[in-house]
Amino acid sequence: MLETVVKPNAPVPGPEEQKEKVDSPFREALRSFKKNKLAIIGTLIILLFIILALLAPLIRPEGYNHQLLADRLKPPSSAHWFGTDDFGRDILTRILYGARISLWVGFVSVVGAIVAGTFLGILAGYYGKTVDMIISRIFDIMLAFPSILLAIAIVAILGPSLQNALIAIATVNVPNFGRLVRSKVLSLKEEEFIVAARAIGMRDARILFYHILPNSLAPIIVQGTLSIATAILDAAALGFLGLGAQPPQPEWGRMLSDSREYITNAPWTVLFPGLAIGLTVLGFNLFGDGMRDALDPRMKK
Amino acid sequence: MSTFFYIILNIANSIDNNLNFLYNTPISEFKEINARAKKGGAILSEPILKVQNLKTVFFTDDGQVPAVDGIDFYINEGEILGIVGESGCGKSVTSLSVMGLVSEPGKIVDGKIHFNGEDITHAPERKMRTLRGNEIAMIFQEPMTSLNPVFTIGDQLTEAIRIHRKISKKQAKDRATELLQLAGLPRPKALLDNYPHQLSGGMRQRVMIAMAMACDPKVLIADEPTTALDVTIQKQILNLMKKLNRETGTAIVLITHDLGVVAQMCERVIVMYAGKIVEEGAVRDIFNHPSHPYTKGLLASVPDLRRQTSRLYSIPGNVPKPGSITEGCLFYPRCQEAMAICAQKRPGLVDLKNGHRVRCFLHGEVEEA
Repeated sequence: MLETVVKPNAPVPGPEEQKEKVDSPFREALRSFKKNKLAIIGTLIILLFIILALLAPLIRPEGYNHQLLADRLKPPSSAHWFGTDDFGRDILTRILYGARISLWVGFVSVVGAIVAGTFLGILAGYYGKTVDMIISRIFDIMLAFPSILLAIAIVAILGPSLQNALIAIATVNVPNFGRLVRSKVLSLKEEEFIVAARAIGMRDARILFYHILPNSLAPIIVQGTLSIATAILDAAALGFLGLGAQPPQPEWGRMLSDSREYITNAPWTVLFPGLAIGLTVLGFNLFGDGMRDALDPRMKK
Repeated sequence: MSTFFYIILNIANSIDNNLNFLYNTPISEFKEINARAKKGGAILSEPILKVQNLKTVFFTDDGQVPAVDGIDFYINEGEILGIVGESGCGKSVTSLSVMGLVSEPGKIVDGKIHFNGEDITHAPERKMRTLRGNEIAMIFQEPMTSLNPVFTIGDQLTEAIRIHRKISKKQAKDRATELLQLAGLPRPKALLDNYPHQLSGGMRQRVMIAMAMACDPKVLIADEPTTALDVTIQKQILNLMKKLNRETGTAIVLITHDLGVVAQMCERVIVMYAGKIVEEGAVRDIFNHPSHPYTKGLLASVPDLRRQTSRLYSIPGNVPKPGSITEGCLFYPRCQEAMAICAQKRPGLVDLKNGHRVRCFLHGEVEEA
């Protein structure tokens, strides 16, 4: 214990000692994240896709709908690394542009779900009683449906488009975050530092955003990164069913469904979009697992 | 064996003496406040905090549980009042009631709480917020969990100051440094950037005290502030609280189950049992002439080093669940001096002398109103 070793004649701590390195919880998590090889691989995969998505117009300035009807369904070659589809469009180009759509849908739908879910979860957890009753039952009802079915229903109501698919995926994810935050708030509410904060006269809103929210961030971040993977999968599924991106948008799921007739004589038309989906989802899953291990070691199995 | 303890005691004392220089840091501001408090105290005869017939009931599925059942007490400016009792006798609920922090399903159903002459029993939340931390502050039993783990000490201290004082971040930081120094913490400037997990329990409790003293409260409620700390740290924390009481004139309500702490710190003491006051009076009177069998039992349970005993004394039985005893004295089932009347009637408080009061038929047949 520090105080017991301090004596009147003890030397004054030097400047080096005073500047002892104090790590914020975030920095500590980062350090343990860096040690996790799989998580680094996941991060690299995600970064690769993000860079490719950002640079797509530079790498392939002709755009994703450039049709070379003479080169229909050509196998992979030096001119077309991933081959061409039934309109003679370069599949690599379409995958690069498709990365923009998938990542965008993944990020935005999850961020939307986090904002809405956290807000509702905090309300339910902190105020309890009737508020909790109403919000939690709505979550229960939403979770009673298989998520993809609910997403299809929402798109069916709003009409098929990429934007509506995004809204549907976000909505379907709200109860996941809502429940997570609610349970975290319920346990935090009983913590002594919350009572202490009230005892120094802090107002409710301030307690929620200063004490409760930062302490529930870790599970939100973990659930969030893992949800991006499922959101991308859901977007692809909706695209495949014709409920998401509309032609000629190069959405990966859409590309799969458009090319499924050619699976026997031109398998590359299906293989590469499928690989892109698989790799992105794998990247986010590895990244998410790494985040979980870094942020909350107790959640590890 | 005894020499071993003697050495330990000596070490503890010497550490404490060595730390005294930390306590003696002169802070002009506090001297000034002290002077003001003394002047004010002379004019004001009204106690700073007065609780009358306070009743806090928890409405549970198993029925109503009266955790605090008609308590009266007061505390004058600059005084230290002790509240003693076993676990579950309503000490903590009393303090939370005063702060207006009793949470669901608990509720204050009866009684009045006056602070500075003003009735705050059912004051609106907005009004209570301006009092909490500013006029009435509180420190808690468990220093390990009383600080938010994701923010630095400095963040939390400046936050506490800026809730009630409209000052800049820079000024708040200076004040925070000053408070940490006042709380006897070494290297206050560097500590501001530390996280709670980097501090020991004793240091955290000092931070909590610094936070509680941030706005010069008139009353400080300390709910078992030293229970979770080891004995040497306990002594330091108590010394610190006593010093703050002397220098700032802050009245302290010290809730504890440790009679030794009460003897060392308080002028007056209240003994609680099952949500009621069973005895109250000056510390000297209570220690020299304990009148309630429960108080006698508590005093007898304190081990005496001068005597060789193989077994420590303990009062038989447990505190009854509030509301489970419907007739007779609440202490009757555990009482060594129980009489026939005790099983049938509820005793009221009997005045002995000098404000020494006791709730027991041994001292007069006064029934509870």
